[in-house]
Amino acid sequence: MTQYGPLNRNLGSGTRTKAVRSDMKWHELTRAGNIYEPGNANSYETGDWRSIRPVWNKERCINCLFCWRYCPDASVIAKDGKFEAFDYKHCKGCGICAKVCPVNAIDMVSEDEIEKVKEANKDEN
Amino acid sequence: MKTKVALTGNEAVAQAMKQINPDVVAAYPITPQTEIVQIFSSFVANGEVDTEFVAVESEHSAMSAAIGAAAGGARAMTATSSQGLALMFEVVYIAASMRLPIVFPVVNRALSGPINIHCDHSDAMGLRDSGVIQIFSENAQEAYDNMIQAVRIAEHPDVRLPVMVNMDGFITSHAMDVLEVLDDETVKNFVGTYVPDDYLLDAQNPISMGNFDMYDFYFEHKRQQVEAMKAAKEIIKEVGREFAKISGREYGLIEAYKLDDADVAVVVLNSAAGTAKGVADELRTKGIKAGVLKPRVYRPFPQEEIREALKAVKAVAVMDRAETFSTCGGPMFADIRNTLYDLKNDIKVVNYIYGLGGRDLRLEHVQQVFEDLENIRKTGRVDETVKYLGLRE
Ligand code: SF4
Ligand code: SF4
Repeated sequence: MTQYGPLNRNLGSGTRTKAVRSDMKWHELTRAGNIYEPGNANSYETGDWRSIRPVWNKERCINCLFCWRYCPDASVIAKDGKFEAFDYKHCKGCGICAKVCPVNAIDMVSEDEIEKVKEANKDEN
Repeated sequence: MKTKVALTGNEAVAQAMKQINPDVVAAYPITPQTEIVQIFSSFVANGEVDTEFVAVESEHSAMSAAIGAAAGGARAMTATSSQGLALMFEVVYIAASMRLPIVFPVVNRALSGPINIHCDHSDAMGLRDSGVIQIFSENAQEAYDNMIQAVRIAEHPDVRLPVMVNMDGFITSHAMDVLEVLDDETVKNFVGTYVPDDYLLDAQNPISMGNFDMYDFYFEHKRQQVEAMKAAKEIIKEVGREFAKISGREYGLIEAYKLDDADVAVVVLNSAAGTAKGVADELRTKGIKAGVLKPRVYRPFPQEEIREALKAVKAVAVMDRAETFSTCGGPMFADIRNTLYDLKNDIKVVNYIYGLGGRDLRLEHVQQVFEDLENIRKTGRVDETVKYLGLRE
C-alpha cells in the first residue's frame, strides 16, 4: 500500500526530479503538478499528434532555411547553415515549412501513406 | 492585550485583514461584502497596511489576480458574496488545484434568481466541492478569529489550500456586535511571515505552475488535494489550540453544545446556531434534553467528530439554509445522514430548509423543530423527512 508517512503530508514538495514517470503514484508526484525543470517542452513528444508529415526533397532544396526560421516548433534542424533534418519527435505536421519553401522542396505526406509504405517494405523483407 | 470593541461583522473582518497585513488584496464590491474591501482600501490609502490593493473589474478577475499574486509567493486575499462567488466559481477550483493559500471571506447571500441580496448559504454551498476549506462563523467574534486562523491553516505546508471564511450576510455582516480584538503585535506574531516553498519568477529556481494535466496525471493530483483536506482537519485543530493561547478562545472542527446527554439535537451553520442554542437553553429549563451541533468547518467535512457527538442522540434535525433541488433535502442533510448511517442505531434524521433569501429564523421556528423531534423520539415515527421552516404553506 502507500508508503507516505502521516507526519509529513507535504506531498510532492520535496520532489524536484526531472524524471516524472507515468507510473508514479499520486504521493510521489510533485504537488499540484508543478514542474521544476526549465525547457521541459523538449521532453514532451508532440510528434505523435501529427497526421501529415513534411518530407524533404534534397535535390530541390536551395538551403535558404526559411523553413528553419518559420517552424513554430523548432523542428527543422539545421547544421552549418544547411538543412539537416526534421525532428519528427516534435514536428506536429502544421505544414508551415512546406508553405514557405520558395522551391517546393517540402512535400506534406499523409502519415497513413507513410505507414502503408513501411508495411509494404516489411512484407518484402 | 485584548480589547472589547463594538464592530459589525464586516468591520471585524476588515480589522482582522488589517492586522494580518497581506501582500495583495484584489477585490470587487458586492453587497453585503462591499464594506470589507471598502474599509480595507481606506487602510491601504492611509498607509496603515503595506498591501498592494488591486481594484479589478470583476470577481473572476479578483480571484485570478489573487492566484497570480499567490503563485508569485505573496500572501493574497480577496472577498466576495453571492453572484460574485458564482462568477469566481471557475477560478476557485484553479486556486485549490494549484494549492495556493488564498484566504477569502464570503459574506453569505442568496443566489439570483429571483434577485435578492439577503442571507442564505446557496453561494457557499455551490463551491463545497471545489477543494477549498470552508469555515463558518456564528458571529463577528468568530469571523474575526476565523480570519486570523485561516491564514495559518491555508499556508501550512501539509495543507496549502484556499480558505473561505463564511459569515451570514446582514445578520452578521451589518449588525453591531461586541467582540474582543487582539493587539496588532499579537496577530502579527501569530500569522508570522509567509515563506512559500515555491513561487514564480525566481530565476534561480525555475518552476512551471498550473500545467496541462491529462488523463495520465490529473487523477493523481486530485487525490493529492484530498490528502491535503485530510491533513487540514488536524491542522485546523492544531491552529485552534494555538489560537486559544493568545485569545482564550479555542476552536475545533465542530461546536457541540449540550450534546453530552441530549435526546434531540439540531445541526446548523453560522448565525442560526446562536438562535438554536438560546432555544435549547430555554427547553432545558422545561426538562427537554435539547442540544445543538454547529459544524465550524464544513469542508473538509468533520465526519468522525460529528458521528461521535451525535451517536447517543435519538432524533436529529439538520437545518439547511440552501436548497439542492434534489427533492431529497438540503446539502448538509445529505452529509449528516450519511455520517450517521454507519452507527446502525436508528437515529432519526430529518431536514428543515429555512431562511432562504434572508427569511428570518425566529425562536418559535426552532422551538417547533425541537417539538417535532420530541414527537419523533416518543413515537419513533417520521411523517415528513424534509420540511420548510417559516414558509407560507
Ligand atoms: S525552405 Fe525549402 S529550400 Fe529553404 S531550406 Fe527549407 S527546404 Fe530547403
Ligand atoms: S510541419 Fe510544421 S512543425 Fe513540422 S517541421 Fe514543418 S513547420 Fe515545423
